[in-house]
Amino acid sequence: MDVDIVNAAVLLANFVVVPAIAYGSQLALGALGITLVYGILRFANFSHGDLMAFGTMVAILATWQFQAWGIGLGLLPTALLALPVAIAGAVIAALAADRTVFRFYRVRRSAPMVLSIASVGVMFVLNGVVRVIVGPDDRSFSDGARYLINAREFKTLTGLSEGLSIRTSQVLTLALAVLAVAALFWFLRYTRAGKAMRAYSDNEDLALLSGVEPDRVVLLTWVIAAALAAIAGTLYGLDKSFQPFTYLQLLLPMFAAAIVGGIGQPLGAIAGGFLVAFSEIAITYPYKKFLHYVLPENLRPDGLVQLLSTDYKLSVSFAILVVVLLWRPAGLFRGRVL
Amino acid sequence: MSTNARAAFGFAVVAAALLAVGLGQSWSVSLAVLNLCLISAVMALGVNIQWGYAGLFNVGTMAFAALGGLAAVLVSQPPVHAAVAAGGVKLLAAGAAACLAAGLVWYPYRRLPRGAPRAVAVALAAAVGFFIVGVFFDPAVEAIEAVDPSTSGYLGGLGLPIVLSWAVGGLFAAGAAWAIGRVALGLRADYFAIATLGISEIVIAVLKNEDWLARGVKNVTGLDRPVPYEVDLQQAGWFVDLVRSLNGKTLAGLTEAEYAGMLRDLTVEASGIFVKLCYAGLFLAVLLVVLALSERALRSPWGRMMRAIRDNETAAEALGKDVYRRHMQVFVLGSAVIGVAGAMLVTLDGQFTPNSYNPLRFTFLIWVMVIVGGSGNNLGAVLGGFIVWISWIEAEPLALWTVDAVTAAMASDDPIRARLIEGAAHVRPILMGTILLLVMRFSPRGVIPETVGR
Amino acid sequence: MSYLAGDDMYGGYGGADILRGCTVSVDKGEIVVIVGPNGAGKSTAMKALFGMVRLREGDVRLAGESIARLTPQDRVKLGMAFVPQSGNVFTTMTVQENLEMGAFLRRDDISGSMERVFDLFPVLEEKRRQTAGELSGGQRQQVAIGRALMTRPDVLMLDEPTAGVSPIVMDELFDRILEIKQAGIAVLMVEQNARQALAIADRGFVLVTGENRYTGSGRGLLANPEVRRSFLGG
Repeated sequence: MDVDIVNAAVLLANFVVVPAIAYGSQLALGALGITLVYGILRFANFSHGDLMAFGTMVAILATWQFQAWGIGLGLLPTALLALPVAIAGAVIAALAADRTVFRFYRVRRSAPMVLSIASVGVMFVLNGVVRVIVGPDDRSFSDGARYLINAREFKTLTGLSEGLSIRTSQVLTLALAVLAVAALFWFLRYTRAGKAMRAYSDNEDLALLSGVEPDRVVLLTWVIAAALAAIAGTLYGLDKSFQPFTYLQLLLPMFAAAIVGGIGQPLGAIAGGFLVAFSEIAITYPYKKFLHYVLPENLRPDGLVQLLSTDYKLSVSFAILVVVLLWRPAGLFRGRVL
Repeated sequence: MSTNARAAFGFAVVAAALLAVGLGQSWSVSLAVLNLCLISAVMALGVNIQWGYAGLFNVGTMAFAALGGLAAVLVSQPPVHAAVAAGGVKLLAAGAAACLAAGLVWYPYRRLPRGAPRAVAVALAAAVGFFIVGVFFDPAVEAIEAVDPSTSGYLGGLGLPIVLSWAVGGLFAAGAAWAIGRVALGLRADYFAIATLGISEIVIAVLKNEDWLARGVKNVTGLDRPVPYEVDLQQAGWFVDLVRSLNGKTLAGLTEAEYAGMLRDLTVEASGIFVKLCYAGLFLAVLLVVLALSERALRSPWGRMMRAIRDNETAAEALGKDVYRRHMQVFVLGSAVIGVAGAMLVTLDGQFTPNSYNPLRFTFLIWVMVIVGGSGNNLGAVLGGFIVWISWIEAEPLALWTVDAVTAAMASDDPIRARLIEGAAHVRPILMGTILLLVMRFSPRGVIPETVGR
Repeated sequence: MSYLAGDDMYGGYGGADILRGCTVSVDKGEIVVIVGPNGAGKSTAMKALFGMVRLREGDVRLAGESIARLTPQDRVKLGMAFVPQSGNVFTTMTVQENLEMGAFLRRDDISGSMERVFDLFPVLEEKRRQTAGELSGGQRQQVAIGRALMTRPDVLMLDEPTAGVSPIVMDELFDRILEIKQAGIAVLMVEQNARQALAIADRGFVLVTGENRYTGSGRGLLANPEVRRSFLGG
């Protein structure tokens, strides 16, 4: 096989595939939380991004504490140890929000729009709390081995001119996402509580007639959504860096992922997460070098061959959303809810 | 309390707060707050038209405000002739190419039946169109942005008085709203909300990234002013005379040197206040006009129909009301009002900074204003704009003051104190969220509830 | 005294009363049918028995005890099962999961009950892994009734079980309902297909504008010329 083709493939893997898999996993976990809340509580929760930020903040504080105590995981980031604390923090925040805000409107059977607007209030409060506690600036909390394979090692190992670097955080993201999603699906499919959640989401009245306790279902939904949010947020923070505002901006791609997949459908949320992530990265990646590898000399382009500038990343997720809504208003995966 | 009494009480509280700021901080700060209150009130009126009249959950306010701001740049800045010469024709060609591309996509979309072949044809046409536009557009942008990039690098504007841009800003926002409405208005309410949120992010991304249009994140500063400059006032004989006559007591019995110094200080202070008062006058005029028009619309048969649609869309549709058309009307009108306010804001700031647009400040905060004030009530939206803006702007100094008072006993280098002082700067969103949630819970119809009959 | 009885019920969904002194009752091992013209309050009467309609006056008794203050969920625990007219299956769940949801409150072994449902409706066993949303109308009704039976009820209440199904499927469903009755369950039905329903009923109530107009055995009502003329189309 031509070395250039291999180089081109490695180049794409390094700059598109690997980052997109990590980012897609993070989006998918966030979108799952949005879709669960939508499927059970039946409103678009605008505070989900800031719930993620809150969970991540707890993870950061716990990480710092562990580091101060000298407890670590060696090659793995200490944040992994902090994750249970982060989950607990996010769950407490979500349940507190439900008790003080959402339950009131749920009991009165208010319109979904009212709950969505209330979630804007919760978003403000969470956003402020996070900023008051850790400040608005970048906070780095990753430690341990940064790379599983770094580009230079890869080059010497393979003799290729393109390097492939895989960060520990990326592998960790994928592994944790797979675990979390598997656990979620097993829970929904095979446990009594999971079936109750699905039944409630499918047909609330009939679920009540079957003896499902609505309060328990709602509680479980918040616990799961918050846990997923904490995991997603911490992984995103490890992979990129933590800044409270970026989590507000994640809200849009996460909503896009959830809606594109068909809101209320966990499988769809995962597919949507990866679709959005791959499109965002693939469309804003400059293909100049890639084309230099695969094209004959006289056809090689001079420009960057970037479909859209990186600043338009967010717009890509939205464009996908619009196309899907126009083309298939119920999302790509119709039918199954939860 | 009757609605009128509540309104009177609300505005009295606002006036008292502004007075307190004036006495406690300074009149200049108080007037600055007032000006932003007036602009916020206009924005809140725009959102109220959409949400209060028609129940449209538009979370894209930020985009319309920013488009208004763009209008301020494009209307008032002097044209950059070199850039126009370098890239004007190319840009026109790119525009023509874009029209062609649109036609290319439109043709198969209209002509072919629904199905996979059409999807493929449209996608192909879009790809080809994208490429064609790029061929013309990229060199145009390159040529324009190469002209003196550190000071201009964009096409400039029309060099007209900036007050004109308020109307143009409204038109920009209205046009954008029409285009967005075509795509998004058919969607379910929650999807509509997310769609508008997304579109607003795209608009901001365009403004940040397209340097040829308004310099992107390099910002346009030193915009034209509809009111006199402080420096000019300080030189103007009539103004100095005015200050002298207003401050006869303060100036009496001073030595010549003291007198000149004091007069200079007073003139400087007065010129700032005078400029802010001029702005306040202009903004107040706009606010009153918009308020009067909104009230008329609300009480007209059109307004009644809007409310009927809001309260029961299905029934209204069954009665033969064209819900989509009506929604489009309020969406365009409300967005235009937000655009006017956006242009006013940039005029007041004297600069256009795309980075400053974030959804918390320019979308969700406006929503808080409307809901706190009273959805569906125009006067309520205005009052909400005042109350919320004052709380937003004064939250930080108040929090700092509180922290300072509480921690006064601590050593000045105490880390806990430093942390608290740092944190106090961020209590704003907490306060806003709390206000919103409390109002929704305990006074869901707002401070001044909707009064017109259903 | 009947096993389940609603006595002299007045009430509705807020606003004007829909039920105006209506009385309905059913005993174990019998089929009782409520018939009447549109808007007569048939479904409302049944929902009142189940606690889904607020009663202004009157009482509901189960095995002699008043249950008028209990929530529908509590009535399920006491052995009442209700199959609504629409939205009566979990469309996104499999047939088996639908039946399991019926037995949600039971902590004992449910396989026996599931076998009995499958004996009654063999087609459900065949399609146990399919989602209920993919089934035909008649099959969905079977799932809905099966789901209700999984609670091991003493009373089964069916709101128009044959709405929207073909005549052949309707006969089939009625046969199954007869079998359910033979197991000693009290069956109360609201039916549009009054003639066929009365044919299998032990007793019938004819309601008009929320009041009892005629009461009698199924056969007696079918034979009554006035009932035939006004409600059974001659």
